[in-house]
Parts: sequence; structure tokens; C-alpha cells
Amino acid sequence: MDAEPAPHLPARAPEDAEVLVRADDLSFSYGHDPVLQDVTLDVRAGEFVALVGPNGSGKSTLLKVILGALEPGSGRVELLGRSPRDVRDRWRVGYVPQRPSLLSEVPATVQEIVAAGRLRQRGWWRGLTGSDHAAVGHAIESVGLAELALRPLNELSIGQQQRAFIARAFAGEPELLVLDEPIAGVDAESQRRFRDSLVHLIRQHGAGVLLVSHELAAVADVIERVVVLKRRVVFDGSPSELASRGVSLGIHREDLPLWLEDLR
Amino acid sequence: MIAALSLPYPFETAEAQRALIACLAVGVFAPMIGAFLVQKRLSLVGDGIAHVAFAGVGAGLLIQVWPVWTALVFAVIGAVGVEVLRLKRKAAGDLALALFFYVGIAMGAVFASRAGDVELETLSYLFGDPYAVTWVGVVTIVVLGAAVVAAIGLAGRALFAVVTDEDWSRVAGLPVGPLSVALAALTAGVIVAGMKIVGILLIAAMMVLPVASAQLMARSFRGTLRLAIAIGAVSSLIGLTLARPLDIAPGGAIVFVAAAVFAAVALAKRTAPRALQQEAH
Repeated sequence: MDAEPAPHLPARAPEDAEVLVRADDLSFSYGHDPVLQDVTLDVRAGEFVALVGPNGSGKSTLLKVILGALEPGSGRVELLGRSPRDVRDRWRVGYVPQRPSLLSEVPATVQEIVAAGRLRQRGWWRGLTGSDHAAVGHAIESVGLAELALRPLNELSIGQQQRAFIARAFAGEPELLVLDEPIAGVDAESQRRFRDSLVHLIRQHGAGVLLVSHELAAVADVIERVVVLKRRVVFDGSPSELASRGVSLGIHREDLPLWLEDLR
Repeated sequence: MIAALSLPYPFETAEAQRALIACLAVGVFAPMIGAFLVQKRLSLVGDGIAHVAFAGVGAGLLIQVWPVWTALVFAVIGAVGVEVLRLKRKAAGDLALALFFYVGIAMGAVFASRAGDVELETLSYLFGDPYAVTWVGVVTIVVLGAAVVAAIGLAGRALFAVVTDEDWSRVAGLPVGPLSVALAALTAGVIVAGMKIVGILLIAAMMVLPVASAQLMARSFRGTLRLAIAIGAVSSLIGLTLARPLDIAPGGAIVFVAAAVFAAVALAKRTAPRALQQEAH
């Protein structure tokens, strides 16, 4: 590794804020291919953390380990204070996958998709109550899709569809929101809505957000911490710290990706 | 024996009325399950499970047990087995499934041939014979159908989430494995319930064709489900009504009507004024 070791700056969230995600010396390999090495990372309640890195840097793998879809090779990972696979109240974690290829033959409305986000909380075998419907409506409103709530998803633009998936995560009123490249190729209006709804979730509900994205321009002004991953954590600090190294998140959209390429 | 109601031709006899109830039940229940299978992009899995059910029919004929029971055992084991392989991502795409299903039909053929002179009976399972259905058969179908309705009433929302976005459902903590296995078992149940009515070769069509028509018209999953049930029931009614006067196989007639509905809907949608579709955007 030619990169400097990461300066581990203290998070801006108060020290006593609940730790939602904690990874300690996490390593993972696919066969003999190391994908993650000694990754240490935490996300606290009320914190907005952006996770960036070049393609193949292990970002998606790290998310899968954190969410319990993969077992770490070594090291420890905790989600809501437990081993990820033992987390019972999973509704406390909202997840927005990379644009899923779910658009199949059968039409499904925005409302039907978003209502799924409420299932785990209620108990999947129970019907949704008035408060569930209110939460679904609120989630749809917060991403600006209220007028399209009854429209089939496959009639919407990609940006609008992605906002529906974000609303599905919001509907569960999560304490931790994990987003995997949610705004790749999304229009400006959707990006603005996206930013506003994340800010709302953090400020009003005190949730923690872990965002994996190449395109941070839309959220540059609200990000508190940037973690740069390239198999290891090569940077962990505030955007201004990153700026002092000559990399800005917002003004020159290309800065970050270029810098990431240099790291390769 | 329950006396025949006074219905007009072609439903004036008790056997025709049993056939009518059985066909309507299949027309309602098959698309209910089918909507979830189509959404899961497993439109053809019903056909595969039906092939495995045929092995069960052969086995029943061979050991002289009512073939519906043996078919149910084979179909449930086959459907659940395939689903478990898929969930564990062990099955290498549809090739593994194809092998599974062809072995099923080969077993059925071998068993049936060993069972002796049962060609006519075998044919009635392959192509269906609703006029031969007994009251026990009708009750069996209705009970299996009620199980489907109950399961969807209880778990429909969660099943919808799972078949729509399996990876997300897993992260969200929904019981993806048990729900998927339950859907597979219900699929097997509906196939076995319907095989004596529309036939092993055609029952899967009743799971898929009404849904295919409905999804062209509906604008929600719930709407698709309701419309598919209506189309399934109407296709059954029209198909069975035509079968006797025209002296054609009822199973074939029903599926033909369902296919004709799809063709008509698809055509109407194509030639519908563009303005209607533009308006949606």
C-alpha cells in the first residue's frame, strides 16, 4: 500500500451518541483475493458518513458484511450492538440497494412498494394499521412522490423509482439508513429531494446515515465525515480535511473520482 | 349423492355441475398463486412442478394408491427441493431445473408403463377430465384452494415483498426462506388440485395466462391479482360451456379461452389510441 495510514478524526456526533455500526479490524477475502483488510469504522446516531472508493475497493462487500449478508473473515462487526445476523429488530435498519432490477411484468404502485418497508415493524403476518398507512404516506411525501403514489413504478423515471426505494427504507422509520450508490444516474430534481429527505431523517429523527456513492456533489454540504476505502480505510475525516488535501466534494464534481482513480 | 340443480344445458347434470365447480375453483386459485410466480419471474416453474407431479401419478398407479396423494407428495418435494436449491444458489440456472423436471416426466412414464394397462387413466391426468371428478375430488380442490386463499390473506404482503425484491427482503429481515418454500408448496398444491381438471400439461397455463392478461390492464399488484382471478374464472366458465356442445377437451377449451383473452387484450392495448398512454406521463 502506498497510501498514508488514515488519520482517524473524531466523529462530529457527540461521543455519547449510540454507535449504530462498529467494525474493528475487519478483513474479508473471496478465496485468496483480499477485499477488505483491517477496516475499522463506526457510524453513530445523528451522523452522516459518506463511504467512497474506486471501483473494486470493497465498498459493497463492506456493506454486505455490515448488514450480515456476508460473514467477516476476521475482525469484529456490530450492527446495533449485536452481531449483524443476530439483530432481531431489523426494521431499525433501512436499506436502499443499488438500483435493483426488480421491474418485472406485474405492475406495482409506488404505494405498494413503499408499504413493504413497514412489514417488519408490524409483523409481516399482520395487516397494516392506520399509523402504518400514515408512515407510508409520510415517507412517500418526504421524497416528493405524493402525486405519483398510485402510479405503477415502471411508468416513472429512474430517479423517481429510486426515490420510491428510498421511501421504502424511510417507511420503517429506521435509526440507521444504509444506501448503496442510490443516486447514480439520477436527475437533478431527484438528487435535491434525496438530499432534503436525508437531512430530514438525520435532523428530525436523529438517524445515522451511511452512504456509498461516487456522486457526492448533491450532498456535499451536509456530509460530516468521509471515509475513503481502498481495501483499507485510507482516509477518515471531515470534508474540510479532505479539502486541505486538495480534494473537494462539491465544487468540482470530478475532483473526487479523479482522486480516487489516483489511489488505485 | 347430491341431486343436480336445475341449471340449463350444458350444466343440467350432476357431473357437469361438479365439473363446473371444479373448473371455477381452478380458474380462481391458479391465477392467485400465478401472480406471485410471474412477479418472481418463474412463470414456467409451474410447468416443471407439473412434470414432477406426473412422476407421482405414475407411482400411485404402480402401487395402487389414489394418484392424487402420490402426486401431491412428489410435487411438494420437487417444488420445495427446487426452491431450496435456488435459495442456496446451488442450482446452476435453469439447466439444473430442466434436469429435475425431465427426470420427473421420465419417471412418470416408466412407473405408469410398469403399472400395466393404465393408458386411459394416465391420459386423464395429462389432459384432465373434469366430468369424471367426484364430490370428494371437488371438496379436495376447494379445501386446497381455501388454503391458498388463507395463506395469501395472511402472508400476501410479505410474499409480494419477497417475490418483488428478494435481496432487499432479506436485509429487511423478512423470513425469505420460509415464505419462498411456502409459496413453492402452495404452487405444488394448486397444480395437483388442478391436474385432474385441466390436466398436468395445461394446469400451469392457468397460473400464468390470466396474470399475463391482467398485468396488461391493471396498474397495481392488487389490481392485477383481482383481475387475474376474474379472467381465470370467466375463462373456465366459457371454456367449459363450449366444451360439451363442441365435443372438445374441457382443459384445452379453457386454456384456449384464456389465451384468446390475452390475445384480445394485447391487441386492444396495441391499437388503443396513443393518447391514452401518453396521458399517463
